[in-house]
Amino acid sequence: MRAFDYIEIRVPAKSQYASVIRLAISGLAMRIGFTYDEIEDLKIATGEAVTNVVHHAYTGHEEGEIVLGCALFKNKIEIMVADYGSGFNFEEIKSKIGPYNENENIAMLREGGLGLYLMEALMDEVKLNNEGGVTVFMTKYVTREQVVENVERITT
Amino acid sequence: MMNVNVQFREDGNVTRGLIEGEIDTYTAPILRAELDAIRVANGMLIELNLSKISYMDSTGLGIIVAFYKKVTKENAQLKLVGLTNRLGRLFDITGLSDLMDIEMDKKVELSYESI
Repeated sequence: MRAFDYIEIRVPAKSQYASVIRLAISGLAMRIGFTYDEIEDLKIATGEAVTNVVHHAYTGHEEGEIVLGCALFKNKIEIMVADYGSGFNFEEIKSKIGPYNENENIAMLREGGLGLYLMEALMDEVKLNNEGGVTVFMTKYVTREQVVENVERITT
Repeated sequence: MMNVNVQFREDGNVTRGLIEGEIDTYTAPILRAELDAIRVANGMLIELNLSKISYMDSTGLGIIVAFYKKVTKENAQLKLVGLTNRLGRLFDITGLSDLMDIEMDKKVELSYESI
């Protein structure tokens, strides 16, 4: 049995679905005991990635999709936001993501870098992959041990 | 239906605006249009109350920055008031709180209503 639950949500790459993605992130993050502030961080960081896909990934293509992939661990959440038209293999893509490359980021996130800057400030780890589409891969750890215990009590 | 709502009222030499709702890539054009429509005169003080904003990301920050530039260009003043700790933090980490006149809201946010 793998150490995490994997949840994938696909929505059209349209701005009106950004709030749907944030709502999903809230619900999932709450399951593993993130605090209110941490959930807000996750919503903003994910929102930035989604905004990027909506603005840039599908320029000239009407039928694009945003794929949100979330791996829920006991003490962390891993979030991928990708613009793949077809589904992706979470483990495979995770293994392909290399270290942060500043030049690459600027070309990819033409918003001026504030979105990426916020992602990095609000998450513990942010990586980008340009292979076959844009993938943002972010990790955030649950900081407070007692919150994890609370969630376990609720879910049993 | 998630939305953003902006209300302005004149109060002597001060124009006070209240922004409510979620500001993201979807609602951004509404807020941008509302702020573009404001007539900014020399010496005017514009106070934007951000206490009812339940979500904002870099899209919203960009709009506020654009409005700040417009106000400054007209020799007017912009003051942001009622920021929650959450929103204040966003202005802090982007460095905007060093540039702009910002007044935080004192009350502690414990509400989950934006989720």
